[in-house]
Parts: sequence; C-alpha cells; structure tokens
Amino acid sequence: MSNLHSIIASFPDTPSLYHAAEKVRDAGYKKWDTYSSFPVHGMPAAQGQPRSKVPVFTFLGGITGFTIGTLIVWYMGAYDYPLIVGGKPFFSPIFPFPIMYELTILLAAFGTLGGMFLTNLLPQHHNPLFESDTFLEVAGDRLLIAIESRDPKFDPASTRQFLAEIGGTDIEEVSA
Amino acid sequence: MATISQEMDPAQAALLDRVDPAVLEEQPLVTNNRDFNWVTNKICGIVEAGTPTWWWVCMAVALATAAFTGMGLLWLVSSGVGVWGLANPINWGWAIVNFVFWIGIGHAGTLISAVLCLLKQGWRTSINRAAEAMTIFAVVCAGIFPLFHVGRVWFAWWLFPIPNANGIWPQFRSPLEWDVFAVSTYGTVSVLFWYMGMIPDLGTMRDRAVQRLKAGAYEGATEYKRKFAEGFDVFRKYFYGIFAMGWRNAGNHWRNYEMAYLVLAGLSTPLVLSVHTIVSFDFAVSVLPGWHTTIFPPYFVAGAIFSGFGMVMTLMLPLRAIFGLHDLITQRHIDNMAKICLGTGSIVGYAYIMEFFIAWYGANPYESFAFINRAFGQYWWAYIMMFSCNVFTPQLFWFKKVRENWALVWVMSILINVGMWFERFVITVTSLANDFLPSSWGYYSPTIVDIFTFFGTFGLFSVLFLLFIRFAPLMPIGEVKYVMPQGDPHGHHAAEKGGHH
Repeated sequence: MSNLHSIIASFPDTPSLYHAAEKVRDAGYKKWDTYSSFPVHGMPAAQGQPRSKVPVFTFLGGITGFTIGTLIVWYMGAYDYPLIVGGKPFFSPIFPFPIMYELTILLAAFGTLGGMFLTNLLPQHHNPLFESDTFLEVAGDRLLIAIESRDPKFDPASTRQFLAEIGGTDIEEVSA
Repeated sequence: MATISQEMDPAQAALLDRVDPAVLEEQPLVTNNRDFNWVTNKICGIVEAGTPTWWWVCMAVALATAAFTGMGLLWLVSSGVGVWGLANPINWGWAIVNFVFWIGIGHAGTLISAVLCLLKQGWRTSINRAAEAMTIFAVVCAGIFPLFHVGRVWFAWWLFPIPNANGIWPQFRSPLEWDVFAVSTYGTVSVLFWYMGMIPDLGTMRDRAVQRLKAGAYEGATEYKRKFAEGFDVFRKYFYGIFAMGWRNAGNHWRNYEMAYLVLAGLSTPLVLSVHTIVSFDFAVSVLPGWHTTIFPPYFVAGAIFSGFGMVMTLMLPLRAIFGLHDLITQRHIDNMAKICLGTGSIVGYAYIMEFFIAWYGANPYESFAFINRAFGQYWWAYIMMFSCNVFTPQLFWFKKVRENWALVWVMSILINVGMWFERFVITVTSLANDFLPSSWGYYSPTIVDIFTFFGTFGLFSVLFLLFIRFAPLMPIGEVKYVMPQGDPHGHHAAEKGGHH
C-alpha cells in the first residue's frame, strides 16, 4: 500500500461524473478529486468543496496597491521633493486617483494569479498521476475520479469496489 | 417551460394556444455536433501540425514590414525627435495618433475576455484567446510611440517612480503620468489574464506531447523526419510543461481557476474602461477648444471598442477560413461582433454630432470655430474619411445579408479601423493647427520617418500574432467544451434543455 498513490476510475459522460462525485463526497472520502478537461458547472458543490479562497489574495493585493499608490504620490510630490506646478496642490486625494486606481488593480491582479497558484499548490511539475496513460487521456475527453491512498477511508479492495459500484469503468491503480 | 404552464390559468393557456408563439431555437455555439476530442484535436492540431507554407510567407512579409519601424526608430534615435513632422504649433502628431489608435484596438480583447465573461456571454469563448493576444500585441505597438516621443529614449525609465541621480520624481499631477500607469498596468494585467487562461491548454499540449512520446509512433518518410518530429515533442513536453506549472485538470484546480478567472474579469472591466478614459484625459485636461470636453472619456471608450472589434474581425475571419474553424466561430459569433460594431459605431456617431451641438449650444466662439474648422477647414478630407468610415460603414450591419457576407464584413472591418485612425488624427491635429492666435496657425504633414515607423508597426503586430498562432492554442479548449451540450452535468439532450439554474 505504501507504493500505491491512488485508484482512478473513468466515467462515460459529464452527468455520470457529476453524480459519481456526489456519491464519493457522501461516502466520506476527503483526499480525492475529479479530473476533466473543462470546468464542470456546479462541480465544487458536488465534491463538497467550499468557496475558493482566491479573492482573499486579490483583496490583499488590492489594499497593498492602493496604499503604495497613495504613499508614493505623497512621499515623492509632497514630502521628498515638492515642486510648484501650475498652482496645483502638492498632495490631494483627487489628482493621484488614477495612480492609486491603477496600482490597486495591478497588485490585485498579481494577488489573484498568485492566489490561484497558492490555493492549487502549483507549480508542481511532478505528480504520480502523470505516469498513467489513462490519466493523460483526460486532456481529450476522459473523465476521471481519483481517490488517493492517503485518504483515511482508503482501502485498496473496498475503494476499488466502491468506484465500480458508482459506475466507474477502466479502474486502475496508480503507483506512487 | 413546464413551470410556466403550471402557473397559468386556463384562459391564459387557451390564449397561448391560439397565439401559438414561435419557438426560437438558440443557435449552438459549436455546430455539427462535435465531440470533446474533436475540439481538442482541432485546436491543438493547429499548433502540432507542420508549419504551413503560407505561415512562412506571411512571416517573411511581416518581418520585412516590421523592419520599417526599426529603421524609423533608428533614424529617430540617431538624429532626434526633429525628424518627425512635429513643428509649432502642432507638437503632437502621428506619434500620439498612432498611440491612441493601437491602444484602442487592444480594448476589444479585454472587452471580450472580461466584460463578456461577467455578462455570461458564452459566445466569447472561441474568440477570446486570440482577442486577448491581439490586445497585448496592440499595447506593444502603442507603447513604442510615447516611449520614443520622449526623445532620449534611454531616459524613459524616468517615467516610473524609480530613484535617479537627479533626486527628482515623476510629476503625478500630469495626465501623461497617469497614462504611464494606466498603459503599463493594462499591458501587465492583460498578459497575466492571457497567461492564466492558457494554463489548462498548455497542460493539454504537454500531455499530448507525452502521449505521443510514449507511443513512439512517429510517421515520416525518412529517419531524419521521424527524429525531428520526436525532438519537437520533447521540446513541447518541456516548453509547455514548464509554463503549465503542473496543471492536472483537477476539480479543485478548476474551482480556484474559475474563481481567479472571474476575479480577473472583474478587475479588468474597470481597468479597460479606465485606460481609454485616462488616454482621453491627455486631451480633455488641457484647455484647448475641441479637446476640453467632458464627453471625451465615454466617446473614447466606445471608439476603442468599435475599432477593437473591427480588428478582431479583420484577424478572425481569415483564420477561420484558413484553419477551417467554421464549427467554432459560427455565423452567430460574426453576427454578434457585427452588432457590437454597430452599437459602438452608433455611439461614436452620436458623439460626433453631440460635439457639434454642444459647440453651438455652449456659445463659445472658439469652441464653435474649432468644430466648424474640423469639418470644413484645411483638414476637411480627414474629417470626411472619419465620418464616412465610422458613422456610415457600421450602419450596414443592420442587414443580415451584409453580416452573412464574410468578404464584405472583412472589408468593412478594415474600413472601421481606417476611420478610427482618422478620428484620432482629426482630434489631435485640427485642434492644435488652428488654435487661439491665427498668427501662429500651421499645417501638419508627417515626414517619411513618421510614415515608416507607423507602417512598420503593422509588421510588428503581424510578427507577434503569427508567432502566437504557431505556438499557442488559438482558443481556450476548456471554455469551448464548457459551453458545449456534452459539458452540461445535468443532461444534454436538446429536448430536455430549458432547465435553468
């Protein structure tokens, strides 16, 4: 069992993958996932996953950008080197608004991309699943569920039988 | 439909039977009942097949054209900005015209990828990747002009708030500095959005290369050709593999990816509106008649989307024909793009007329002169080009016959961009050439350096776009599959459809 990474099972179409996912969720498995070459509408709920945490990173990035935008305009134009230009104020919340606005968006976007990588635990160039020929077919039209051996409920025989019961075909073991 | 009939009382039901309303079928987004594998093979096949001869021909032409920009810039840097046609009182000429022209073109890409995503427009999926690529390459072309307009381009980094030996900082009270932030943010965020959208497809390209390497069955007349094909797949395995970051198509990946995509769409929407707004501030914040108007931000944004969709059609119609993508870019897609051109083109036409009205209604003699001079003064020919291309051309899109004639749509899409270039020329040059003091009036003509530099940017744009279609998947495969009936987790038989959630 130590060299077993997971058991994978294929499903013929999107509705059967969706309903199988609901059954895996209800059976109480935790370390498992569905694999499809496109996002399936409503799948996070079928898998029992909570709302994504990515917006938290977006928010942090946005706040940082807004603060930096405000600070640099104040520091550079009003504190470090004030220059009189056309009688305009050295600092005001109005004129530097484009700077604050653009930096908010810029850093929020970096936060979002970084957040996507962090929440998905990427980059992770190696994964035992990539060794499976069946798994590689997910890029085409194969729809998979993989239950990992590190799941507390995992048992090589009963998990395999469970996947067959919920309609899985081409069931195979992926070694770690 | 079932729920509606249950709630109806018998009288209403009888009426409905008598009226017998037409059942309007929604046009499918992927035609001919294609399956998932067909979509993957079609889109990846474009990149995986051998380089077609036409690609090399186009690349050679594009590189030769791009060389004109190189020559123009070399000329400028070695001599100075004086080699451009700028002279008092016209100190903004083709450089700013070309800058606004290219930046505007970029806007359609972001509109398709962000605004239409928020509006849940499924038809955007097959055109959004190429449109986003167009955005990035248009921003690259746009950036060249202000960058070299600063004269001593090696000091261009002074535009950014980086400490320098003089101890001075950028001037944040100037709209030109706002522009630096807007355009550089726009370029960066567009690249991030484009790249993130491509990660699943890069993973697909990687997996397909690995599959072929494992199978090891390479066809080819000679040993050399087989080795070459295999070598290319090794390259693909690492090249796409590195950029795919280990994407596994997992449900958990998609969950976070979709959230990130939605958030980036939400960020890009105010961004794209702000960029052309700030570009218009370059003009509107000045006190010159013809520039100092509050209509500029919405008018610029509408014009940008108008020209951008023109460019999307200019690019996508030939690609569709060359690669046989008729099942993915359907008549419905072309109809929708034509209608957006019609809508934004009408806004632009309205803005032209409203400017005239306000010039008269505002009772400011300088303002009225500026506008009468625009249409009937020394640049009347540019005004006619602008008005006819931008106001009359899109009105033809009202007719279905026109929208179904692809050759005509393509020609019109080019006319739209010709018109939009002239719009920026009219705005920039007419206001400067005839300002308050008749003694200082002038006439602007571009020099050969201006012409070379601008002409070459079309080559630069084409080089970048050709590289894109050769090395990156042209359409987001996952998103196209998502809008296909087979991608629906609640059954996909057309008769059962109508369930809404």
